[in-house]
Amino acid sequence: MNRRKIIEEKIFRILSAIATYSLIATLAFIIILIFIKGFHALSWDMVLKAPKGGYYYGGEGGVLNAIVGSLYISIGATIIATIIGVPAALYINVYLSRRKRMQNFIRYILDALWGVPSIVYGAFGFTLMLFLGMNASLLAGIITVSFLIIPIVVRTFDEVLCNIPKGLHEATLALGSTRTEMAFKIIFKQGFPGFITALLLAFGRGIGDAASVLFTAGYTDLIPIHLDEPAATLPLAIFFQLSSPIPEVRERAFAAAAILTIIILVISLTARFLSKKYSISNLK
Amino acid sequence: MYLLKEEMMTHNKMINIVDTDIDTDSILQISNLNVYAGDHHILKNVNLRIPKNKITVLLGPSGCGKTTLLKCMNRLSDLYKELDVSGHIYIENDDILNTYKNIPSIRQKMGLLSQRPYPLPMSIYKNVAYGLKLKGIRDKNLIDYNIERHLKEVGLWDEVKDRLHNSPHSLSIGQQQRLCLARGLAVKPRIILADEPTSALDPISSKIIENLFKGLKKHYTIVLVTHVLRQAVRLADNVIFMSHGEIIEQGSPEHLFKNPQTDKLKEYMVDGN
Repeated sequence: MNRRKIIEEKIFRILSAIATYSLIATLAFIIILIFIKGFHALSWDMVLKAPKGGYYYGGEGGVLNAIVGSLYISIGATIIATIIGVPAALYINVYLSRRKRMQNFIRYILDALWGVPSIVYGAFGFTLMLFLGMNASLLAGIITVSFLIIPIVVRTFDEVLCNIPKGLHEATLALGSTRTEMAFKIIFKQGFPGFITALLLAFGRGIGDAASVLFTAGYTDLIPIHLDEPAATLPLAIFFQLSSPIPEVRERAFAAAAILTIIILVISLTARFLSKKYSISNLK
Repeated sequence: MYLLKEEMMTHNKMINIVDTDIDTDSILQISNLNVYAGDHHILKNVNLRIPKNKITVLLGPSGCGKTTLLKCMNRLSDLYKELDVSGHIYIENDDILNTYKNIPSIRQKMGLLSQRPYPLPMSIYKNVAYGLKLKGIRDKNLIDYNIERHLKEVGLWDEVKDRLHNSPHSLSIGQQQRLCLARGLAVKPRIILADEPTSALDPISSKIIENLFKGLKKHYTIVLVTHVLRQAVRLADNVIFMSHGEIIEQGSPEHLFKNPQTDKLKEYMVDGN
């Protein structure tokens, strides 16, 4: 019996170790592959220049248009998602705290929205765009991506908020706070690391998604200046370059992928740092 | 059935007799308080008076409704949809269960100390300042003065004066509990509601809190929930013994524990020791 337990313990330990390390190895492999394949094409020109004539046939230039477009769209969408998502998550946890059924219903709907494929949001955004008489533009892209990421912001933040002990709610109210003061001064602050995680997930999904911006943001070699101008995005830049028959252009696709990875990495590290710094007093 | 009725009558008589023993200078009066959670009758027609500047201990086994009673007193019972509360709770002649006054200002008449400390997610300084700011105090000197005063009141000032802007999690659990007490005192309550405030603390920290209570009763009325009989003996001026949502006996600890009238209290005194 005892021997059996020891063997069982060993087997499961080894299996879970394999699962963990193979996951990390796969991730590392993907990143290394992107960097190796794109290494030759990765240059300051790539980051600092917009495509010049004949870029997609191996001509000069870079993907600055797509970098800027992607940042505009994902930052814009994250801001909209924060403005709508944060009060929504606080509302679910502070004002609906007595109405468990309603809470669960809203959570169920948001989970379903989270699972909707981004091409569906793309099609919805496209329909909305035509209905409003807009062209494929930065604004249409931002709105569509914000639809895509609002459920992510709400549910990720909500998941952290609903784990805040009720004792903290009671302690705050007992001091004479109104619910609104409690929501924004205490609960938001206590859930701050969750808020950062929500933003990161949303931003990452927004900047990396191709299908939602395919019809709505358009594509251009120019850097967008106004909201009604079309905007290029990194995922689409990667897609167009990767489908080229010219090897140098395909290399540039990997370089663009490497740039996208670096952007996400930098933003993620900064956000984690800030989250740690500002949640030092939080209830553990 | 008849016996039961008779027993209840003697109960009520006894409660009435003891009731007249209590200092009539009461700050909080509860009459006909009933609390239901669905079909479950949690508090059964509770009537009591909390004397001013005394420590009143709500004693009883777990699940007897003492925490629910405490939560009704500052209307934290509002947070629980399943609780159906009826009756009257008068604080300085204000019926807080049937009032149009705003609830936050009623809650500020009472400070709450819960089973474990819940420091707000901000520095030690801001934890105490939070209540002051809710009271509308904006003058920094006045805030500083009050923070020092209330931290001294709970004997924490010397321990934290050099690290006021640190996280409250740099403090021990006992210190955090005293910080929560100071934070509550900063809103100038009349009553301190303490829900088993020493249950998460080590014996030394518990003793500090108990001694604080003895000193604080000069300025505040304290309602302490506990299931520890010895704590009730040490601290209480007035004991209310509850079981299954009813007040079984009440009176001064000397009177009550030396001469228990009911089997329930006798049993509890045997098991509680």
